[in-house]
Amino acid sequence: MPTRVIMPQLGESVAEGTVIRWLKKVGDKVERDEPLFEISTDKVDAEIPSPAAGTLTKILVKENQTVEVNAVVAEINGEGPVTAGVSVPAHEAAPHPSGVPAPPRDHEPAASPAGAPLIAPAPSASAEGAGPKIRSSPLVRRIAKEKHVDLALVKGTGQGGRISKEDILKYVAGRSAAAATTGSVTPAAPPPVKGPSPIAFSRQVQVVPMTPMRKQIAEHMILSRRTSAHVTTVFEVEMTCIAETRAQYAAEFERRHGLKLTYTPFFAKAAIEAIKQFPIINASVEGDNIVYERDVNIGMAVALDTGLIVPVLRHADEKSFLGLARAVTDLAERARSKRLSVDEVQGGTFTITNPGVFGSLFGTPIINQPQVAILGVGAIEKRAVVRNDAIAIRPMVYLVLSFDHRVIDGAVADQFMAKIKASLENWSEAVQ
Amino acid sequence: MPVLTHLEAVRQGIWEEMERDPSVFLLGEDIGVYGGAFKVTQGMLEKFGADRVIDTPISESAIVGAAVGAALMGMRPVVEMQFMDFIACGFDQIVNMAAKMHYRWGPAVPIVIRGPSGAGVHGGPFHSQSNEMWFVHTPGLKVVVPATAYDAKGLIKASIRDDNPVIFYEHKFLYRRIKDDVPEEDYLVPIGKARIAREGTDIAVITYGAMVWTALEAAQELEKEGISVEVIDLRSLVPYDEEAVLSSVRKCSKVILLHEDTRIGGFAGELAAVISEKAFEDLDGPIFRVTAPDTPVPFSPPLEEYFLPNAQRVIDAARRLAAY
Repeated sequence: MPTRVIMPQLGESVAEGTVIRWLKKVGDKVERDEPLFEISTDKVDAEIPSPAAGTLTKILVKENQTVEVNAVVAEINGEGPVTAGVSVPAHEAAPHPSGVPAPPRDHEPAASPAGAPLIAPAPSASAEGAGPKIRSSPLVRRIAKEKHVDLALVKGTGQGGRISKEDILKYVAGRSAAAATTGSVTPAAPPPVKGPSPIAFSRQVQVVPMTPMRKQIAEHMILSRRTSAHVTTVFEVEMTCIAETRAQYAAEFERRHGLKLTYTPFFAKAAIEAIKQFPIINASVEGDNIVYERDVNIGMAVALDTGLIVPVLRHADEKSFLGLARAVTDLAERARSKRLSVDEVQGGTFTITNPGVFGSLFGTPIINQPQVAILGVGAIEKRAVVRNDAIAIRPMVYLVLSFDHRVIDGAVADQFMAKIKASLENWSEAVQ
Repeated sequence: MPVLTHLEAVRQGIWEEMERDPSVFLLGEDIGVYGGAFKVTQGMLEKFGADRVIDTPISESAIVGAAVGAALMGMRPVVEMQFMDFIACGFDQIVNMAAKMHYRWGPAVPIVIRGPSGAGVHGGPFHSQSNEMWFVHTPGLKVVVPATAYDAKGLIKASIRDDNPVIFYEHKFLYRRIKDDVPEEDYLVPIGKARIAREGTDIAVITYGAMVWTALEAAQELEKEGISVEVIDLRSLVPYDEEAVLSSVRKCSKVILLHEDTRIGGFAGELAAVISEKAFEDLDGPIFRVTAPDTPVPFSPPLEEYFLPNAQRVIDAARRLAAY
């Protein structure tokens, strides 16, 4: 049984203490009563002896951190340091620098190059820090948690603006109805631009109500940020091999299949192969369970002038290169001409987005819920790189993966990306 | 099927058990020659004889004590309290003898103590109380409170057959005012199971005894305003059907606990604690209680009317809760 080491109370009126120095490190053996750490309180500084003999397995409070009396500061004879403990110590212990924050009880932005701010992952049923307290009820909060609802978005019609059971159930029903109609930009659904007319105020502003698609996107983005523990990793990939392959086959491909040979099917194929090796990338989270999706349905984000849409390429893993190329082209075309059906925008298990198409070097995409990862492809540009200790000019691209650190650790994400990089840089598959 | 009043149903239940089991016998004040103050035992002396229908002195302590003794010797006595208010005189025999013997040294004490309780007949403070909580609070006793004639017969029979001491509350206001189809044959209603008196979805009113009828009256009114009220008739307080209570709370998310008993220490407090503990995340509003105030039952008719929970008070509470 692990022994918990707590911040002692050194005086009757003392409420907290600061750890000044750890006298032992994780992994060290310690005797009972041997000095373990030094603390400072507002009354006195002291050396604190170990409450048990054994191995120091976890340090939960770092030097110069202040905690309440009786807070757990360390663990002796617990599980080994590499095993994931309660949320935060696992971050500390992860051997791979995934760029995830180390300080416990803090969710500060990581020093990762993508600079993705790490927001507290709890679906905000209580909308802490969202301003005035949102009145609801235990039942409403439970529903909000189960259905991933941000209560700040729900209109309350109960007493004093309280969100009642009806209010939240109505909201959830409306949300799934909206989700069902999103993307069915067939003539049956109202074209997003019609309707809202700008209203001018005496302030120099123009107020334009959001279109349903925009509202949907706004909600989804916030929800995604509040749901997943977003981390982004960036890889630079040399596209020489692909560029040559493409150059070699483009004309033939177009002649034979009537399709332009773009870069997209290459990225899609590489991602699919990597997903086969790292199935967690293709999973989703339900409560305390990780749900591994059997199908690989790749969403390909398409920018429209009215917003963003993600048609889904179903069973992408069962398609040949040609099949992928066809499907990708077809979906993109029908997305732009608003001829997608409802189930062509649902059921995705992984998403690929292409900020590079407008020139971005790389982005920090937001995960498309309920997926756990999204691949961003930057602009392919010739850059000066070092090869064999000499400068060479090569077509390079930044690939980014935003992933959900609740279930994907940095090591896994990076191995996944490394596999994609290896596939792309050593492309040998047939392209006919 | 014959239609019986609450009182007739109790009588028939006792009668059938007397016929079925010769160890069942009755004791009480005025139950033999007079047929009982409310006539529940009318005709039984003639049918079953003075050995089995015993007129006792006016001493509840003696009556209960004698019954406990008889139970220890293998009999199954059914004791009548002329008014349940008088049970206080036999309190020690009930809570210290009957309730604890099985726990303390083994023997069963299969007695039933039954009688009329409740207000609404201008009976005054000593003839109108609902004192069930004295016995709900004492471990070792079962407490049964039927609200319908059908349940009254089924439950008195089940109580007589139960090997535990059972305190059986009839309601004097309901005695002749409610009628039901009561089958002539032998049937039992299980002790410890509630009944859904009315299905609903918006607010659950959980209650027992005469208040079941009050709740149903209120529910009918509230239906017109679009508030769907579910009424749960507990039928037994010890043991009570916790699952039925929680299930109704989960379904409706809002609950009113209703009883004729006074407020402090009433059964609603117990239920409120259990609901809050076990169904916290199913509540969409606070738990409301509608009960009598903490005073003796008034004799003066307008005061008694004010004292008793009525349909209007339930309706008011339901409207407030629905709007929460």
